[in-house]
Amino acid sequence: MHLAYPAVLSALLFCTGLYGVLARRNAILVLMSVELMLNAVNLNLVAFDVWLSRTARETLHSGQALTLFTIAIAAAEIGIGLAIVLAVYRNRGTSDIDKLRDTAEGPETAGPDTEGPGTSAAEKAEATA
Amino acid sequence: MTTTTLAVLVPLLPFLGAAAGLLLGRTAPGFVRPLAVLPPLASLVLAALVAVRQGGDAAVDARTELTPTGSVPIELALHIDGFAALVAVLVAFVAACVQIYSTGYLRDDPRYPSYAALVSLFTSAMLLVVYSGDLMVLLVGWEVMGICSYFLVGHYWETPEARAASLKAFLVTKLGDVPFLIGLFALAADAGSFRLTRVLGAVASGAVDHPTPIALLLLAGVAGKSAQFPLHTWLPDAMAGPTPVSALIHAATMVAAGVYFIARLLPLFQASRAAMVVLAVMAAVTMAGSALAALAQDDIKRVLAYSTVGQLGYMTGALAVGDRGAAVFHLLTHGAFKALLFLAAGVIIHAAGTNSLAAMSRMRGLRDRIPDAYWTMTVALLALAAIPPFSGFFSKESVLGAAEHVTAGHTEHAPGAAGWIVLAAGLLTALLTAAYATRLWLLAFRGRGAEAPDHGRQPLTMTVVLWVLAVPSLALGGLAYRSLPGWFDGRDLTPTLLTSILGTGLAVVGGLLTYGAWQRTTALAARTPLGAVAAHPEGDAGLVEAEAIATHQPAYGDIAHAPDPADPGRLLLGPLHRTAAAGFHLDAVYTALFVRPVQAGASLVRFLDREVVDTYVRAAAALPRLLGAAVRRTQTGNVQTYVSALLAGTVVLAVAVLLVATGA
Repeated sequence: MHLAYPAVLSALLFCTGLYGVLARRNAILVLMSVELMLNAVNLNLVAFDVWLSRTARETLHSGQALTLFTIAIAAAEIGIGLAIVLAVYRNRGTSDIDKLRDTAEGPETAGPDTEGPGTSAAEKAEATA
Repeated sequence: MTTTTLAVLVPLLPFLGAAAGLLLGRTAPGFVRPLAVLPPLASLVLAALVAVRQGGDAAVDARTELTPTGSVPIELALHIDGFAALVAVLVAFVAACVQIYSTGYLRDDPRYPSYAALVSLFTSAMLLVVYSGDLMVLLVGWEVMGICSYFLVGHYWETPEARAASLKAFLVTKLGDVPFLIGLFALAADAGSFRLTRVLGAVASGAVDHPTPIALLLLAGVAGKSAQFPLHTWLPDAMAGPTPVSALIHAATMVAAGVYFIARLLPLFQASRAAMVVLAVMAAVTMAGSALAALAQDDIKRVLAYSTVGQLGYMTGALAVGDRGAAVFHLLTHGAFKALLFLAAGVIIHAAGTNSLAAMSRMRGLRDRIPDAYWTMTVALLALAAIPPFSGFFSKESVLGAAEHVTAGHTEHAPGAAGWIVLAAGLLTALLTAAYATRLWLLAFRGRGAEAPDHGRQPLTMTVVLWVLAVPSLALGGLAYRSLPGWFDGRDLTPTLLTSILGTGLAVVGGLLTYGAWQRTTALAARTPLGAVAAHPEGDAGLVEAEAIATHQPAYGDIAHAPDPADPGRLLLGPLHRTAAAGFHLDAVYTALFVRPVQAGASLVRFLDREVVDTYVRAAAALPRLLGAAVRRTQTGNVQTYVSALLAGTVVLAVAVLLVATGA
């Protein structure tokens, strides 16, 4: 089998995963897309390992060994990721990534040393209330 | 024990007492009074023993070097000659009296433990100055006295007067101490040692190349410490401190240190005729000016303060004519009667509830309330006015006699001009001294008007000390003038006939003039009621005095004088009265010359810092702040946006790497 087939397949898989990560809203689907990308890489590793060992330039099969590592780490990662998503869902009632914007920096959630007119007005309103 | 061991213990005991007093003051209040009184008493006994063993013979010298200190060695050295031995006895005697008196005077004061410890430290520092044979060690005692005077003058720190006075005392004396330090370094550089004996040896052999600048630099420090014109202004203001502290500062420590220092280094000053003439002019201006100012003061303690300045002028005058025996003789008698004057004034202020002479002159029968203070104060005032046979007469006549001796011109050690200056100023001051002493006595004890308030009996500790001090005030001069030359340089201290008649005659004239003026003005007293007395007459004397000091300005409009037409000083001084009351406006001159320029410079620096330097700082901060605000806008919180940016960056990098790798 020519090297081009698995390479093209892996590129397609990776692009699908990338699209999922960038466009999906549900955190679980984003995680699944990440898995797709990882597996595209795995496919690449195995295919190139076979190709290199056939030309006898590489005999240690380090590509396959690395694939096993990646699978193990991906399993651990997905476990932790799903646990986090579960915890977020229990807290917020949603796992929609677009709504999880707590780290946003903007005029509304400004730090203490930025004195926007909006915050001081809000503070005054609080003080008078 | 050897004489050296005894001499080391003399300054050490009050120091240990002070340390123990400061440590135990809060935890064991019962020990505070013994710890305050016993070390000075023990020091007195030991100092007397040292004096007896030394006996005016060859000086006792001992030294040890703790550690090598570079080019000019600094050694712990003792140099006890007749001067040191006798002055130490006086210091310990007055300090012991003051400590005993303070137990009564400040008996209810919450800050008494620290006060007593500081008085002990003060005494120890002065004894160190007296015994030290090394100029650097002497300087240590000199500076410790400066800081102690700061704390003690500011004892009533609740009153703004005391706070201002303590700062002023510290700053003005430090103003003199800076040239003093430079002078000491210059002297050591010329003489190659800080040891007193070596320095004097170098002076005698002519090894000191620049005696005039060194002597003038040292003179600045002496003028600051000994309150000589033009650095005397701190002393009258220091009256805002408690009376026993005034007695200690004026009689034995601090102001005596300057005179004593010149007496020790007199050969150096004599090596420069210019320094001697400057010293004489300084003494003359100080004497005459302070006596005029004393005649116009209303606060009883300020009168005494100016009289101290004047009597110190006599001592520096004696030094200017090269007779240190007469100077130290006057230092000894003055120490006795000035301590007595201040301590008696403390009793008077307590009994009268005011420190204003104008208020006292409107009280009848003050002398019957405090007979001890009345009689001892009379003795001390007669000694101050130099009426024979009181002790002040003999010492003052020895000063005038020395000046008269120099005017004859056949002396090597002092210029004749200095003799004339000192003699003329001394005689004028004798007249004025008698005048203000009489004024003080008449206004304080011969008042007419309402009955003096009854504030109960004075504590025994206070009255006994007065009588103890009255003995040397009465008899020290007459008993000692024959034997003292053996302790000093051997020059005769017997009063000469001419100056005795002149001096005493002028003193009598001054007293009679004041009495005449008082008889004319006293009738006016009834017509202009004046006076404010302390709010808590039942309190201890310290509280009464603090209240009296605090009320003087609001009650009479000025801290120094009162608008009292019945004051004989007003009649005697005429148009000069206002200026004299304000100390010849020297403070205003200092304000214009030094305080205003410094304040203007400070505001200029403030402007440069606030408006110029800070602008750059703020501008430097503004640009990063703007950038930060711009960058913060991209922080939306949406993870997918971040990943998109990451991807875009990766693509850009990959394209760049490809372009570079293919060499396009």
